[in-house]
Amino acid sequence: MATTEKPDVILEDAFVLAEPALADWFIAGPLILGFMFGSLCLMQRKNTLLQARIAIVGLVLMLLADIGLFLNVLENGTVVMTMGRWFPPFGITFAADMLGATFALIAGIVGLAGGIYGLSDIDDTGRRYGFYPFLLLMMAGVTSAFLTGDIFNLYVWFEVLLIASFGLIILGSEREQLDGATKYAVLNLVATTLFLIGVAYLYGIFGTLNMADIARKAPALQNTGPHFTIAILFLFAFGMKAAAFPLNAWLPASYHTPRIAVSALFAGLLTKVGIYALLRIFMTMFPEDRQELALLIAIVAALTMLLGALGAIAQTDIRRLMGYLVISGIGLMLAGLALGSQIGLSGTVFYSAHSMIIMTALYLLTGVMGGLMGTFDLGRAGGLYARAPWLAALCLVLIFAASGLPPFSGVWPKILLVKGAIDVGIWWLAAAILVSGLLTTIALVRMFSFSFWRPAAEEDLEAFSFADHRIAISATVGLAALTVIAGIFPEPFIQVSDRVAAELNSPTSYIEAVFGSSTEEAN
Amino acid sequence: MRTLIFRTVAPYLTSLMVLYSVFVLLRGHNEPGGGFIGGLIAASALAIYGIACGVSPVRRAIRFHPMAIAGFGLFLAAFAGVISIFVDVPFLTGLWIYPVLFGVELKLSTTLIFDIGVYLVVLGSITSTALALEERERD
Repeated sequence: MATTEKPDVILEDAFVLAEPALADWFIAGPLILGFMFGSLCLMQRKNTLLQARIAIVGLVLMLLADIGLFLNVLENGTVVMTMGRWFPPFGITFAADMLGATFALIAGIVGLAGGIYGLSDIDDTGRRYGFYPFLLLMMAGVTSAFLTGDIFNLYVWFEVLLIASFGLIILGSEREQLDGATKYAVLNLVATTLFLIGVAYLYGIFGTLNMADIARKAPALQNTGPHFTIAILFLFAFGMKAAAFPLNAWLPASYHTPRIAVSALFAGLLTKVGIYALLRIFMTMFPEDRQELALLIAIVAALTMLLGALGAIAQTDIRRLMGYLVISGIGLMLAGLALGSQIGLSGTVFYSAHSMIIMTALYLLTGVMGGLMGTFDLGRAGGLYARAPWLAALCLVLIFAASGLPPFSGVWPKILLVKGAIDVGIWWLAAAILVSGLLTTIALVRMFSFSFWRPAAEEDLEAFSFADHRIAISATVGLAALTVIAGIFPEPFIQVSDRVAAELNSPTSYIEAVFGSSTEEAN
Repeated sequence: MRTLIFRTVAPYLTSLMVLYSVFVLLRGHNEPGGGFIGGLIAASALAIYGIACGVSPVRRAIRFHPMAIAGFGLFLAAFAGVISIFVDVPFLTGLWIYPVLFGVELKLSTTLIFDIGVYLVVLGSITSTALALEERERD
């Protein structure tokens, strides 16, 4: 009765007819799971308990898909799937190389930790306002941004994650939150608009939006159009997204206002999408423009890491202090992009992964500390050591890791970056990395000594009970365990980041993965 | 806005518009129309009903919360893409069947499921906003 196929067109000309391996579906997994479980949560608005369960299942499945994708890419190289099986420059391509797969994997871990922490942090009102649907949609947006191979599609995922983050940041609709959200929204939309203008110019010159297609056409068109203008536009737009100095004003103005689980996810994920986009654009698509801009990026990197750390020292609110540390970390990631060498990029990738984990963990820890002390104000903080001595140990682990002290995960990427800077003789960048590490240590130890060693301002605080904070602490400890593992056994992690750097330095593998044998006929 | 004429006409207008929105939805793909514009027409139909007869009759009439409708639409759209996994083609590939019913050939596809999803997302989210705004007006 039903015929399955009506061959009124020649399929070979329009479609990729090769069947995708089942393992290749991992690349679309986070997107599908995020949307499906997010919409299931949305349909269960009133049933807040069921909503949380659905969301955790969804986040676990997303993490499993990320792991599957990572292992697949690790074994078989870049995985490509073009939606609707159109030929690559025309269909939307998802292409996961080691860079995208690594970032997606870490994002999955961070998202799950944030979702678990949210079980204790987000009350019924917050859930009815849509914490879990927004969280899942944001995770779908972030992960797909890491995996897409089409620059306009990257813009779409930026919009998805931004809109979801707007919803998350005003969860609770307090006056302070709306103030922070306004600054966050306006400045982010400025950056997004610049990004879109850049994409429009790009399409005008190249006639394509597929990243691999742009990458293979870029060398020939190097001197024909306003290449450099586009590069500057993208640097500006993503520098703003990543909160690099002097475009960082929105971050400390907004990151301390939402719930801690939301701040933690933002700190772990959103700025890193900016870093990912910079790496993708300047390493894969415009390597020559990156060389021209290297000095500018290096100066921005040094200023970002120093001023971020100095800003952290100046804060009295722990949450704001953490916000400045996020900025300082962005400087380090930009340093590797400025160097552009194998070792520098390896350091950047390792540091990004480290920073995603550690900043989320620090924010979650801040939430636990603030809950115990009843305040985030350093002026009134105190008395934690007497009440929860082992929390001090957890805090010290995270402080050491964030400052880049051995034996935790922060030390290795910093060594790579410093070595990379010294190798090419940019001593001031190496010095900035070391000084910013020192300043970060000062800022965090100051926070530590105020909140742990000083006697409590109010004596009548109730005793600490582990049961109340079980969920929150397990999420934090899980992340801290990762940084300990990466600190003590850095070898596999450095191997992965080295491979990412090698792939970034020779984008041909990415281009060939997308276009396969059709590369020659297009030229 | 609650004049006698408007209140009398609104239910007929609303039902006509919803009917038309479904027509526009099904007409899509190769001709002007589709899920987005269809959803907008349906949402404005509900908005007109809300202006004429008040918000609570609308909420009763659509039974589910508008956001839940939007959620279901999103689920449907994602599901339409996932069907591809069972036929070994990439995500979101349009799959067609042509059953003949009473001598009429029907063109059914996953694209249509996706479009119905878009229709419901637009209907749900715009209705949710419109009803919230209409409610606020009467305070």
